[in-house]
Amino acid sequence: MPFADYVTDPLQYEFMKRALIEVILMGAVTGAIGAYIVLRGLSFIGDALSHAIFPGIVIAFLLGQSIFLGALAFGVLTSAGIAVIATNARVKEDSAIGVLFAGTFALGVVLISSSKNFTRDLASFLFGNVLGVTTHDIWLSAIVGAIVIVLMVLFYKELLITSFDRVAAQAMGLPVFWLDLLLLVMISLTIVVSLRAVGNILVVAMLVTPAAAARLLTDRFPIMILLSSGIGALSGVLGLFISYHNDVAAGGTIVLVATAIFGLVWLFAPEHGWLTSRLPRRLSGAEAETRILFESPEIQTHTRSSQ
Amino acid sequence: MVLSAPVAPNGASHDDCLAIRDLTVAYGRKVVLQGVHADIRRGQAIGVVGPNGGGKSTLLKAVLGIAPVVSGRISLFGRPASEMKSHMAYVPQREAVDWDFPVTVYDVAMMGRYPRTGWLRRPGRRDHDVVRDMLERVDMLEHRNRQIGQLSGGQQQRVFIARALAQEADVLLLDEPMNGIDASTQEVILAIIEEQREAGKIVLLATHDLVSASCACDCLCCVNERMVSYGPLDETYTPENLSQTYGGPVIMLGRTDVPEPMHTHHAGDHAHHHHTHENLGGEHD
Repeated sequence: MPFADYVTDPLQYEFMKRALIEVILMGAVTGAIGAYIVLRGLSFIGDALSHAIFPGIVIAFLLGQSIFLGALAFGVLTSAGIAVIATNARVKEDSAIGVLFAGTFALGVVLISSSKNFTRDLASFLFGNVLGVTTHDIWLSAIVGAIVIVLMVLFYKELLITSFDRVAAQAMGLPVFWLDLLLLVMISLTIVVSLRAVGNILVVAMLVTPAAAARLLTDRFPIMILLSSGIGALSGVLGLFISYHNDVAAGGTIVLVATAIFGLVWLFAPEHGWLTSRLPRRLSGAEAETRILFESPEIQTHTRSSQ
Repeated sequence: MVLSAPVAPNGASHDDCLAIRDLTVAYGRKVVLQGVHADIRRGQAIGVVGPNGGGKSTLLKAVLGIAPVVSGRISLFGRPASEMKSHMAYVPQREAVDWDFPVTVYDVAMMGRYPRTGWLRRPGRRDHDVVRDMLERVDMLEHRNRQIGQLSGGQQQRVFIARALAQEADVLLLDEPMNGIDASTQEVILAIIEEQREAGKIVLLATHDLVSASCACDCLCCVNERMVSYGPLDETYTPENLSQTYGGPVIMLGRTDVPEPMHTHHAGDHAHHHHTHENLGGEHD
């Protein structure tokens, strides 16, 4: 099939156009916030928040309300819970996360068992259903995504120094607790945006993988955010097309593309790549000359006798 | 006799001091530092010395308001220290920093301007000017675009000093700045402490390096879970006091008995060496 058809063929369907917009939004926002998750070692929190959102969705479904609002409410509540429980020095933060995420997920399981016909919606929640997005969903994703990006820009300085040098941030008098909570709420919002596209189980991959790849490509934080955002969106687009033409699940394919991009970057990144850093470096002209000079036996003898 | 505002024993008004009153710091129920009492005037540099775990860093963090103070008060220029955070600049221990973080030398120095820049604002022209000046001062301007993990230990320390200087604060708190650095960086740090004192700033230097403390500071604050002693070098930089602080005999290499520390530093090499040998040979006082 010619390349043009590979791209235009799926886009004759309205649901594919909507899906395309949705995955681009999702990839860009998860990639951007992912930079903070990767640098602060918050992967576990990302995973935990995505599970903690589960009961919010079940309750909203049972009450006939928007599942996005239910998810959002639980995401924010869990973020606050983690931040508050971790202020007790006896409970380490990862324990606090473990307690809350298992507890809230269990609440979701108990609630879901009271409903008879939840199976189909459960599957779409767990694995995403990007082909089923409505215009309403896209607007919601765009607005929530825009809020996250605007918060990132407004609090760039404060989030940067809190992530990089927490003690200095405290010493400067910054409200570190509230900034942590802000970041957790932003992550929750991002997860809510991603549920339609990749689902609850795989969203952590979109929060971590593009940012981990971007970190290997740059030593500048703003560039890392942009690259990560771009890799996220690219994974979404490629994954969507590949899944359409091969008739496989979109969410899983998107994550596989992101994983493949990470693999390539891990091997071939210009400075930090596994292969690139092991290949014999091509010497510049001056370096090669110096090496010949010092490695030639006559010079060495000469140097020794002159001492 | 005229009654006036409370006056500290050294003659300075509290309004001009970093005043620490009966400070006790505890993590949970474990008291890590107690009985700290000091009035530090503008232009003074205090060496905070003592054994590892003795509370050097804790004292600095208490002043900065990031250690749990259970009793006592700390005030700066007559106001509670907690309201004066923007007047204090802190250089953390090197171990406390994530060196893999993708920030450049310039980014880190600019962080010193954040308290002045304020919420929702971007650094302005003056912020950039100050950052450039301070990087120039520590000789790191040419490395401004490098990621901080690619620097040597001494260069990293200079960047954090530049960040603290960029805060243009009244109190400079340095936590073990001499760890893992080269001799030229050590010179830079000692010179900066001297400059800060001349500019009327207060310097707190926590270090286990007694020699640099005695070179850079005019007072020592000796801590070992409590304040053992506090006072000018000629009273505190003595074998008796230091062995009491460290709980065992202390060998003081290169002790010079010169009360004004920077004199030693700038004194002619000949005189300095002579003095050193004399002290190593035995007590002649």
